[in-house]
Amino acid sequence: MKKSLPLGIVFFAGVVMFFQHFIPTDQSEFIYKYANDWLICIGVYAMLLGIWSLIRVTLHKARHDPNERFYAIVTLVSMGIMIVAGWDVDNLRAGSLFMNMFNYILIPVQATIFSLLAFYVASAAYRAFRARTVLATLLLFTAFVVMLRMIPLGYISELNQYLVAWILSVPNLAAKRAIIMGVGLGMMATSIKIILGIERQYLGGD
Amino acid sequence: MGISGDIWVWIGAFLTFSIMSFLYKDNPFYKFAEHLFVGVSAAYWMCMGIWQTLVPNLIAKLHPPVVSEILPAASTKPAEYSYIIPLVLGIMFLMRLSPKGAWISRWALAFIVGTTAGSYLTRYLRSDFLGQIQYSIIPLISIEDGSFSFVGTISNIIIFLGVFCGLIYFFFSKEHKGTFGVASKVGIYILMITFGAGFGYTVMARISLLVGRMQFIFGDWLGIISR
Repeated sequence: MKKSLPLGIVFFAGVVMFFQHFIPTDQSEFIYKYANDWLICIGVYAMLLGIWSLIRVTLHKARHDPNERFYAIVTLVSMGIMIVAGWDVDNLRAGSLFMNMFNYILIPVQATIFSLLAFYVASAAYRAFRARTVLATLLLFTAFVVMLRMIPLGYISELNQYLVAWILSVPNLAAKRAIIMGVGLGMMATSIKIILGIERQYLGGD
Repeated sequence: MGISGDIWVWIGAFLTFSIMSFLYKDNPFYKFAEHLFVGVSAAYWMCMGIWQTLVPNLIAKLHPPVVSEILPAASTKPAEYSYIIPLVLGIMFLMRLSPKGAWISRWALAFIVGTTAGSYLTRYLRSDFLGQIQYSIIPLISIEDGSFSFVGTISNIIIFLGVFCGLIYFFFSKEHKGTFGVASKVGIYILMITFGAGFGYTVMARISLLVGRMQFIFGDWLGIISR
């Protein structure tokens, strides 16, 4: 019951979703539409579970780790304020506390964290990238040409635009296709293993 | 133009500097901003998940009159009782929190995993495998507007060989020696060009984010530049 029934559900749901693709009828369209709608709804419950898990871990930190207590409280209080602010759908309008917290806390922090990577990438590239081999030179040259695209350099820019467009639509496309085919095969193999119950790590222990 | 009088802009500027301070080293300002971000973003996604997904896709379908104020169009439709299934599966999912009934959550998880695996199987077979093969099998000699195109021909040959050699590079069941090794070597050259382009684009994307933050600091906050 604890393991065999979930494996049966996986097999049944997987086989139905696979074969509905090959049966172009209203019924199979119905199954596809509803299964996807249901998935979205259940996904929100999974998010609630994640929030609860975060609260539990943060509370544990606040109780038992004096060094982290202040920061854990910051997380809990900010989460509480944001939940209260978003409790009513009317508060999702521009200018509300909810949207101000989104625009002036969430967006700046997220954008700054990602922009920090520019410094780290530049630093790592300076330390690690050396045009010692043909392969490394090829990588460096392509990266340089692509980055140069945004700098206005007159006639060179026109030439560069053409070169970058060609790189992206020819060699880049070829390698991406090879990678995508590999990913596709891997995803198909994993899906088959899951449907047939060979891969069952998602069930966890016991 | 002048320094902003909006408290929210000041909060945004303070948090921007707090995160930037990590370039020096890990410090209390960075940790404060980081923990604030975790709390705010978790609550934001939860609220958006409820209002934009759960309410229109589940509650509005099960009992339309409840959403008459926020979704007037949905409230006039008849109830769809099949949506009791995701409601029950969602509650089963939350049973994970119960120490004794945690195993029940596997049923909901099994539905998610099975449905996703089944639909991914055909999706990847069609678009990522067959679709890519179909688009790679192209005429090697390019004719444009009725005449031979040298650049088009070279491009088509590179695309065809690039895909072929790229796949050979990822084939590890045979030792990369001889003709097979040469093809594998060509594959890695093509892959390096892709990685270089990817690196260049990543750096550019991050730089543009940095430019955005600088515009916020010098424009919105200090009022030195106009946006």
